[in-house]
Amino acid sequence: MNRLDTRFDALRQRGRTALIPYLTAGDPGPDATVGFMHGLVEAGADVIELGVPFTDPMADGPVIQAACERALANGTSLKGVLSMVAQFRERDAETPVVLMGYYNPIDRMGLSTFCEAARNSGVDGVLIVDVTAEEAPEVLPELSAAALSPVCLIAPTTSEARIAKICAHAGGYIYYVSFKGVTGASSLDADRLADQIAPIRTVSALPIGVGFGVRTPTDAAAVSRVADGVVVGSVLVSRIADNLDDPAAATAELRATLGAMRDAIDAADDEQRKIHRQEEGERA
Amino acid sequence: MSTTISPDTRSHPAPGEHAWRDTPDGRGHFGPYGGRFVAETLMAPLDELARAYDEARVDEAFMARLHADLADFVGRPTPLYHAERLSEKAGGAQIWFKREDLSHTGAHKINNTVGQALLAARMGKTRVIAETGAGQHGVATATVAARLGLTCVVYMGSEDMRRQATNVYRMRLLGAEVRPVDSGSKTLKDAMNEALRDWVANVDDTFYIIGTVAGPAPYPAMVRDFQAVIGQEARRQMQERLKRLPDALVACVGGGSNAIGLFYPFLDDKDVAIHGVEAGGDGIETGRHAAPLSSGRSGVLHGNRTYLMQDDNGQILGTHSISAGLDYPGVGPEHSWLKDIGRANYVSVTDAEALDAFHECTRIEGIMPALESAHAVAYARKLAATMSPDQVVLVNMSGRGDKDMSSVAEAAGETL
Repeated sequence: MNRLDTRFDALRQRGRTALIPYLTAGDPGPDATVGFMHGLVEAGADVIELGVPFTDPMADGPVIQAACERALANGTSLKGVLSMVAQFRERDAETPVVLMGYYNPIDRMGLSTFCEAARNSGVDGVLIVDVTAEEAPEVLPELSAAALSPVCLIAPTTSEARIAKICAHAGGYIYYVSFKGVTGASSLDADRLADQIAPIRTVSALPIGVGFGVRTPTDAAAVSRVADGVVVGSVLVSRIADNLDDPAAATAELRATLGAMRDAIDAADDEQRKIHRQEEGERA
Repeated sequence: MSTTISPDTRSHPAPGEHAWRDTPDGRGHFGPYGGRFVAETLMAPLDELARAYDEARVDEAFMARLHADLADFVGRPTPLYHAERLSEKAGGAQIWFKREDLSHTGAHKINNTVGQALLAARMGKTRVIAETGAGQHGVATATVAARLGLTCVVYMGSEDMRRQATNVYRMRLLGAEVRPVDSGSKTLKDAMNEALRDWVANVDDTFYIIGTVAGPAPYPAMVRDFQAVIGQEARRQMQERLKRLPDALVACVGGGSNAIGLFYPFLDDKDVAIHGVEAGGDGIETGRHAAPLSSGRSGVLHGNRTYLMQDDNGQILGTHSISAGLDYPGVGPEHSWLKDIGRANYVSVTDAEALDAFHECTRIEGIMPALESAHAVAYARKLAATMSPDQVVLVNMSGRGDKDMSSVAEAAGETL
């Protein structure tokens, strides 16, 4: 059992929703990321998604595109991202880390070299945005051999047949993309979310994290009522972009932004548990 | 002595006859290349597109409409032309041009946009989007959108918009919205990223008209099929005019749609040599070029596995070519496959050689080639010189050079 499974099990037992912040590694510079990661954990992160910068992030909106450009301008490579995770692990052996990115940098490093290095650095899961279920057989055996969970995307356009196909090989958690679009583009329609993720529940016991469009504590709380995890990306990356010359201010803003979401999610979780207890009491 | 080839009346060899006839497979793979490497949101629209295309290609009414449009709107068949003075100057084989430059809108791009726009209309899509480099595909898309009454948005790198201002104005006159792309290298690859992002957000009503034989399946095979009319006509015309097939085919390769369009119907003709010409820019050794097949490695970009210009960390490299239409770090996956199995030979030609060929062709043939096509002419001259006068080199004159006046003037240190 890797850190992801352990973490989601523990959260489930405590009736808590996972808070999953995303950062682009190496943004604004290679030295900033590890400090940001620790700050996010202190502010209540349960899992960290670390974006591997790529020149052509075709599923990302302008905020994360700009973060990729800053990280690449500072010389961030996939190898460098893995050293950041290793450095993070020196002080944090518990918090699961998922690498999120595009296939070409991994392919260039060599899949088996990457998987081994990722495992040795303390990575727990890998989400390769542009490797779909059809192409996944190319990467799954190597990921599995290195005990890396294949975190997979499911979108509003995914048919029920495809949901079953994806869930058959997915690991760690399902990343549900809340709307048709790129990261950071739209706002969340929390009312529709429960209906949208229901078909996933019928075929998979994996926890479901929802991302794309979570901007405010209210959004986070709304998502936590129906999902097992809340993924927050562009809004955090914007905080970094707003404080490029002041890492201390960036860290403070990241913590404040994530902390407010943590509080909102916890309040919603408490309310859910209260409702749950009441229902149990009435039944008894 | 030239190779004697008896006239061959087959236009569609049986499937499975050769390795390349079995490609792509059901998942869009050409050997190890191609496939569908996209974000999950795009899988449903790609499935929908693949289904619609499979239905349309066997629908007689659809194909009749396509052929009628190719005849009456595009102006097909395009002529086959013997470039006698160029042949004489090269000293060797006879150089012939397939005159795609005489197509409506001035390049081969329209063959594909007519097909995809008819498919979009058939699928009930009301909005089409496209990426463009030199602007030829953008103009060809805006043209068919105007004709069919479809809303049209074209993404174009801001650097390319500067280089191809006339084409930007043409697209606007045709009613298209041209959206500048300022991310990354501000050229074709970034325009393609932006078009993919638009499509993800607007999958319900939008059809993405990709302009080349790249992208996720089914695009590489579908665009090839629409462009294969070039080679089908040329093969027939050669047999009618010369009672034989050419000894060699030459076409420029950016994404590679004009090249595959010419090559594909000749793949089974083992005695026809096939040459694709990439943009050598300042020279392969300088790194300032756009020649992934000549110097790149296999990788994954824009939905397919193919040869890419990339660094040791798997980041996509900036490209350089005097020709905006060849300024792309990848290439259609079928070309990667044809290179690996040895069916086609890929070479490169520098900016300077292409410019020289542009001027010579203009001055002695009275045909002003697009800078893209000038790369093919430049290599054909070299190739012809190594061959005998009874041999034939067929060049795809993929587009005309009117759009390139400012680039040509700039290279000569002149201003218009």
